[in-house]
Amino acid sequence: MSEIERVAAPAWRAAIERALAGGERFGGAWASGPRGHASWRALLISEEQARVVSCAPVAGEIETIVDLVEMAAFDEREAHDLHGLEFAGHSPMRALVAHPPDPARWMTPVSGDGVHQVAVGPVHAGVIESGHFRFHVVGERILAMDLRLFYKHRGLERAAEGLRAEDALAHAGRACAACSVTNTVAYAQALESARGQLPDRALRVQRTVLLELERLYNHLHDIGAVCAGVGFAPGAMAFAALKDRAQQLNARAFAHRFLFDTVHVGGGTAPLDRARRADALESLRELRADSASAWRELEFTGSLQARLEGIGVLGAADARRLGAVGPAARAAGISEDVRSWSPGLAYEGFRPASPPSPTGDAGARLRLRASELEATYELLEGLLEEPLAAGTLSAGRTVRTLGVGRVESPRGATVCIVELDGERVARLHLRSGSYANWPALAHATAGGLLPDFPLINKSFELCYACVDR
Amino acid sequence: MFLLLRQLERIRRQQRLPRGPRRSLALRHVDAGSCNGCEHELGAVINPFHDLQRHGLDIVASPRHADVLLVTGALTTRMAGPLRTAYDAMPEPRLVAALGDCALGRNLLGSPEDLLGALEAVLPVDIRIPGCPPTPDAIAEHLLAALARM
Repeated sequence: MSEIERVAAPAWRAAIERALAGGERFGGAWASGPRGHASWRALLISEEQARVVSCAPVAGEIETIVDLVEMAAFDEREAHDLHGLEFAGHSPMRALVAHPPDPARWMTPVSGDGVHQVAVGPVHAGVIESGHFRFHVVGERILAMDLRLFYKHRGLERAAEGLRAEDALAHAGRACAACSVTNTVAYAQALESARGQLPDRALRVQRTVLLELERLYNHLHDIGAVCAGVGFAPGAMAFAALKDRAQQLNARAFAHRFLFDTVHVGGGTAPLDRARRADALESLRELRADSASAWRELEFTGSLQARLEGIGVLGAADARRLGAVGPAARAAGISEDVRSWSPGLAYEGFRPASPPSPTGDAGARLRLRASELEATYELLEGLLEEPLAAGTLSAGRTVRTLGVGRVESPRGATVCIVELDGERVARLHLRSGSYANWPALAHATAGGLLPDFPLINKSFELCYACVDR
Repeated sequence: MFLLLRQLERIRRQQRLPRGPRRSLALRHVDAGSCNGCEHELGAVINPFHDLQRHGLDIVASPRHADVLLVTGALTTRMAGPLRTAYDAMPEPRLVAALGDCALGRNLLGSPEDLLGALEAVLPVDIRIPGCPPTPDAIAEHLLAALARM
């Protein structure tokens, strides 16, 4: 995958425009190279492949593409703040990673009779990651919401540059605990594709099991979080307990509640012996029965259901325009899931969830997760029927300097780019499902009520850590 | 609802968690640049498997109500200000807990210009809870030990 296709700077917009007209979709953009001399690259995705186009900005400036692809806004703002690139036509260029004190540099100007601001965070009232929301409201009605993220920016991508490719895996893994398997599998895929290696069946199965175990505890968590968002304590606690059981299973099977350090480059983790596999299967069956009955209870709890309908609506057109992915997009009727095309994993015959009534509201996102839970149990029970071996890779394809990994995280399509300089990493870029979804969350919040924000937020349940990196 | 409560009741019976002494400690959490693992596990200490509240330990919404500041993460430059604000808002006497390896300055990953280093360099640390992330049991154990010392 992904030979770099170079275009001259004046032809950049036309190249993107042509790709979009030809049915390809934008999959992320990133700057690569030293500040002042960075190249600007974009990933373009079509049905079953991905390609990278690259250009060299002239004196650090290149034409914007945000008017062609609105979802490129975060990418351009990030490259502006971190790599010093200027984007002609992207105006105003609002700060994303940088935190300038002047509100005009990062906030939407909103004014009018009775308009005021409500500032929330970065330190929140609950046990939540750090991030700042600025609501522009009239009374309780939200007119617009500005996000200020990147409080947790650790410079992980930059720290990975120059490291041996094997050592930089940790930087993808530690970007986010809840997406740790996804991010490391995406990294491994990117690196292996650059090296021209293909995982064998055993390695594909093992990584798929790990990915689905990650999805399992996340989806259970996220269903509980929606209950917490409306103050429905029995649901929140029941699903917190189910999530804990899923994590206890992770710890028994793979020695870590978040499955840290289970994904490696160039091979798999220790095989699962017969006893642990039998234990995992039995625990999964019990968990499946209990989570199904707990879910039925939520469906028949009128006070919960009445709170979900029509809240935080993200329609299909907006989801597409803003680049939403994962459960948020599928709940809006965009039936796309990277799992349905993942030759490096064991998802043969996988069909993306396609809900009967994709209303795009908090209820639709909740129901979608519940239906995906079933799919995850089904996948896991099937995959765990066979012994889990360590797995290995076969070489033989063309070796390249750039590799792309794409994996469906519990929050949606995650892209990892690895550029190599020999055995060392020249560039690591992680564009997680959360990164893709934050603009959609901000959009779904506008027009709603301030007291509904916790619910809207929880119905997306995005990470900050793998956005901020 | 009845079924949910029955599931919870079943866990309660199976776990048979003993009651703690009649004391209390109010905890406030600040994420200073974590991977969200410590947050997940801190959230888990109040789930039915651990139920830290039975020991009088509770997570409160404001630093003004807190005895202990639980700090997670690699301490980014961007969180230095909010962390200091939260600490300054706490009433005396107050304790600071470094929750997880990052806050303890162990195995830190990131660019030096984006990180301030271990929490110890910025605030006086009284409670050290190692782990990546520390399990809910480990978090409970260290906090209960601190409660016993007081």
